[in-house]
Amino acid sequence: MYLAESRSTKATVVPDTRPGRRPAAVPGTVLALGTVSLITDISSEMVTAVLPLYVIAGLGLSPLGFGSLDGINNGVGALVRLAGGHLADRGGRRHKVVAGVGYGLSAVCKPLLLLAHTLPLISAVLAADRTGKGLRTAPRDAMISLATEPEHRGRAFGVHRAMDTTGALLGPLAAFAVLRATVDGYDAVFAVSGCVATLGVLVLVLFVPRHVVAPTGAVPVPEPARPTLRDALGLLRRPELRRLTACAALLGLTTVSDSFLYLLLQREESLPAQLFPLLPLGTAAVFLLLAVPLGALADRISRRRLFLAGHGALLLGYGLVLSPWRGVPAIVAVLVLHGTFYAATDGVLAAATAGVVPAQHQGAGQALVGTGQALARFACSIAFGAAWSLWGGRTALTITASALAISALVVSFVLRSADEVPS
Amino acid sequence: MTRTTRLVTLLVAVLLLGSVGTVAVLHAAHRSAMRDQQQANGPTVRAGTVSLRSTAGRPLLVRNLAWGPHRDEITTVPADHPQGPRTASGVKCLRFHAAAGTGICLQSVRGALQDTYRAVVLDAHLHERHHFPAAGIPTRARVSPSGHLVAWTVFVSGDSYAGTNFSTRTAIVDTRTWKMDNNLETFDVIKDGRPYHAADINIWGVTFADDTHFYATLATSRQTYLVRGDFATRTLTTVHRNVECPSLSPDGTRIAYKKRVKGASPDAPWRLYVLDLRTMTESATAERRNIDDQALWADGSTLLYALPGDYGSDLWTVPADGTGTAHRLMTSAVAPAYPR
Repeated sequence: MYLAESRSTKATVVPDTRPGRRPAAVPGTVLALGTVSLITDISSEMVTAVLPLYVIAGLGLSPLGFGSLDGINNGVGALVRLAGGHLADRGGRRHKVVAGVGYGLSAVCKPLLLLAHTLPLISAVLAADRTGKGLRTAPRDAMISLATEPEHRGRAFGVHRAMDTTGALLGPLAAFAVLRATVDGYDAVFAVSGCVATLGVLVLVLFVPRHVVAPTGAVPVPEPARPTLRDALGLLRRPELRRLTACAALLGLTTVSDSFLYLLLQREESLPAQLFPLLPLGTAAVFLLLAVPLGALADRISRRRLFLAGHGALLLGYGLVLSPWRGVPAIVAVLVLHGTFYAATDGVLAAATAGVVPAQHQGAGQALVGTGQALARFACSIAFGAAWSLWGGRTALTITASALAISALVVSFVLRSADEVPS
Repeated sequence: MTRTTRLVTLLVAVLLLGSVGTVAVLHAAHRSAMRDQQQANGPTVRAGTVSLRSTAGRPLLVRNLAWGPHRDEITTVPADHPQGPRTASGVKCLRFHAAAGTGICLQSVRGALQDTYRAVVLDAHLHERHHFPAAGIPTRARVSPSGHLVAWTVFVSGDSYAGTNFSTRTAIVDTRTWKMDNNLETFDVIKDGRPYHAADINIWGVTFADDTHFYATLATSRQTYLVRGDFATRTLTTVHRNVECPSLSPDGTRIAYKKRVKGASPDAPWRLYVLDLRTMTESATAERRNIDDQALWADGSTLLYALPGDYGSDLWTVPADGTGTAHRLMTSAVAPAYPR
């Protein structure tokens, strides 16, 4: 099913550049960027899927006590993302160049894994890979915003996120197919992953226009002056963006990380440990299915309202984990709510951000809101871990759920007043 | 660039990249076919009968890594003649241990969409008595001295983008009742005399004292501890810091373990140490290289452990009291066990 989907999206990659044609429902640029993300995610998830096996079985290393192989600390990650957004805005929209550097850096990292045989080296390569991801995220979202008419941005981001998730689901299957054709063929997985990543960069270079313009932006906006760093920081003086960033961060502070949620779900449900890897798949599948319809819904009702409603779904999910309801239906219900949360918030927040940032600052604006949310979620992870140590997982989740309910009330008040501001 | 140029460029790139990928896969497939050929200078391996209760001298069982048709099979050699011909059992395991007529074998099972793992409890003739699904990649296995209890540790990993957070799951099974403790992390932890809770607790490397008591590694907040486990009270009590992969001596007085030493390179941080449980004093062994294995006591005074070798790993020995030097016991082998 995923294969068929990836083929059909590939066929529609070519941007609609011929004059006189009715603008496509989803702009060609968005489909091209979605394809780049799909291909890149296949590549990166191939590596992610085999990395534990490679480290333990292939290299015979014990990763425990080493800590995480995440490779990059969250503070640095945030700075890279902000820098990526700002650099992309400078020099009159260099979004494609900055995104290309980001995708290229990650692509180069895949073959480098062939040479890294120790945990510190592998960790360094993963850090470079993540730097590439940090660099490209904001320019990519900026290009999606710029390429799409404001009233269709929710759906455009939904399409992009659905394609992205499709790649993430296909990657492990591709990696497994390579491993099956060989024995201990980790090097082959890295080589194929490198080829796939290169293909992604190439699709970006060939099919994403250098200067992204709105499809029916009949009024050609005069090329604005180069935004300076001060201009970018000045974005925070825009009350709407400030409010949105604050709301995303506030809700991020009460969003438990996926791994904690799955761990707790497994403990509460006494789920057999071998079924544990299925939990993220469940969330991803629901995200994939709902990203487009919920994005389109966000365009019809308000994006902020849907963003808030998504957190309502998350709150309901927390409630189910804490409730006495047990068994497979309960687990499925939690995963459906969790996937709905992502579908109703991830692309929708980017679309909402696009609406409150001027065109020449799209990169910096996307980076700002995204970074605020990511840092808040990271803070939540630390606090949640500490609360778990002190009072146990259930209590920690109960506290977080209460905090989420309060945050959602505050946010609904803040965003409602924001809605009254004419824009 | 026109649309046609772009499409042609893409097509050429797909063909080129596709060829590179195909060559990489074919190369790896060819290499794996080579592994089924016996090496000219490798040990002799013959199929035969392997028993945990062999009467002809003391046996040493290992997972054979020598290339050839018996690669990865559990093989046996006489303990006093480890370089001699190996007798292969036909049973393939990633990790293995045996004691008192019970064997534990952690193996991978090919699935439709991905490989899975299972823990198989074996009888004295290496026939399956029972098997359990294992939640991740096998790393450690042990049988209690009585043969009644078996324990294993697997790695599981989160699957966030480019982030690989490893954690462990350790299970213990009573082979008299087939009751399984799926995750030792549900035991109560007493750290430095006080109850302790944390989300980041990992436990691995069980070594049994008897059918009620065991030792293991507990990690939390970037620190590892030797813990003493008690089935009766379902508790884990910290005993000592900076201990990984403990191995209890046959007389129950000493623990051989991996110690993370100061000043060592971060990719080779561990040295083989022995802790005297009566005096709580640590002493380094004469093995100065990085160790990444749960050592095995060959007898009351000798340690046996794996180090990287030409065909995966070799087995080495060193005296437990810090004297002597390390020497290689056999090549192309891992996961040793003296069933008696």
